[in-house]
Amino acid sequence: MKKTAFYNIHKALGAKIVPFAGYEMPIQYEGIIAEHKTVRESVGVFDVSHMGEVEVRGKDAFDFVQRITTNDVSKLEKGDVQYSAMCLKNGGIVDDLLVYNLGDHYMLVINASNIDKDIKWMEENLSGDVTLKNISDETSLLAVQGKNSIHTLQKLTDTDLSAIEYYKFVQGKVAGQDVIISHTGYTGEKICFEIYSSSDVEKSEALWNAIFEAGKEYNIKPVGLGARDTLRLEYAFRLYGNDMDENYNTIEAGLGWITKPEKGEFNGKERILEAKANPGRKLVGFMLEDRMVARHGQEVYSGDTRIGVVTSGSLSPMLNKNIGLAYIDKGFNKIGTPIEILLRDKRLKAKVVKTPFLEG
Amino acid sequence: MNIPEGLKFTKEHEWVKEDNGICLVGITDFAQGELGDIIYLDVTAEPGTEVKLGETIGSIEAIKTVSEIFSPVSGKIVEVNTAVNDNPSVVNTDPYGAGWMLKIEPSSAGEFSALLDAESYKTLIGA
Repeated sequence: MKKTAFYNIHKALGAKIVPFAGYEMPIQYEGIIAEHKTVRESVGVFDVSHMGEVEVRGKDAFDFVQRITTNDVSKLEKGDVQYSAMCLKNGGIVDDLLVYNLGDHYMLVINASNIDKDIKWMEENLSGDVTLKNISDETSLLAVQGKNSIHTLQKLTDTDLSAIEYYKFVQGKVAGQDVIISHTGYTGEKICFEIYSSSDVEKSEALWNAIFEAGKEYNIKPVGLGARDTLRLEYAFRLYGNDMDENYNTIEAGLGWITKPEKGEFNGKERILEAKANPGRKLVGFMLEDRMVARHGQEVYSGDTRIGVVTSGSLSPMLNKNIGLAYIDKGFNKIGTPIEILLRDKRLKAKVVKTPFLEG
Repeated sequence: MNIPEGLKFTKEHEWVKEDNGICLVGITDFAQGELGDIIYLDVTAEPGTEVKLGETIGSIEAIKTVSEIFSPVSGKIVEVNTAVNDNPSVVNTDPYGAGWMLKIEPSSAGEFSALLDAESYKTLIGA
């Protein structure tokens, strides 16, 4: 089992540590709901160093990234970040990812659980002058999220953070270290940063401590993977392995907005065009009337007809309602449709609702 | 880890306290810690129901997981703490007090006596 550079800090903070994607990761510190509210109300810090980073270099790097991802990389200027997906030739989603344009190369940020699979897939798709470098092990990643993240980090850098727009990044210094400061996140907060830095333990710990010192006046707190999941779900952000995998294409997963067939050829295009022309099952949000939580894998019914499957479910700490995502068959996935979720021996009443669940 | 002396415990991490012939039942401090934020207590067996030792009588919904509730003794359910659902976090903060789950009138004294004492429960969870 791997450990991130912040492992000793998590231990010292009394985090509950669980195995996740081959890493020993903090799932919670004081409790998921409290940590969730910390992010929504002020600022929280997540160690997400388990995420994978791959550099793509060479004169054909653009063509390569354009061909393996669904979004249009030609729109990606230096300093831009793009949410995208990698698909198999049959349209099945290999992973969702972020693409960073660093000018002379790209950086792809991929899910921890998929690092080996993704790199193998990329290698199989290599052509021309392209080299890949897996820099996951040498990269720490902290997500500093919530409205006071900007005030916290601004104390530690000369870079004007207010000038970095959403989904843009700069290479600068934070607490004296060379980092990438990215205005991105997975919490739904509009003011949110992700800091890519060296995974050297001493440096990583110094960075963590500097951030917590700077954020003290905002009551900054560490946040675990548990709250990361509830935070992302309130905004209906898809989680790979839960809400999508190689059995679903981007149209079914509701990721049509990052799928750009007009850009030219890319893996999965043919199947994706078919799915667009003839939509079937679709990932939609639902809200329960019940106080029981729907969980991944539970079946969805309309009367006696099985119409789908739950992929994510949780209490929304902000709405105090039980919410979730489910793949629902055509004919049953319109907003407002009543559905039932089979839970052990009972059926929970729910309704298809628009997402994100949380406004703003 | 709070494991009060004088209570009895089950291997399913429930505690039982006998008071005037009635067994008060809840989940242990260890259990609430493992479950994390508790959001709903669903005792499906209603007051008046006869239950058997080990029978599933409901579930505890935590934000990340769900856990079944097993009857620690045989007997008749006399009360369910429905008030706990106005503020389910009390099961996390006060599992041996305001976070109690239900009361059972046991049909025999032997089952209660056979439950684990605090020392054995400590050994069970490695505390």
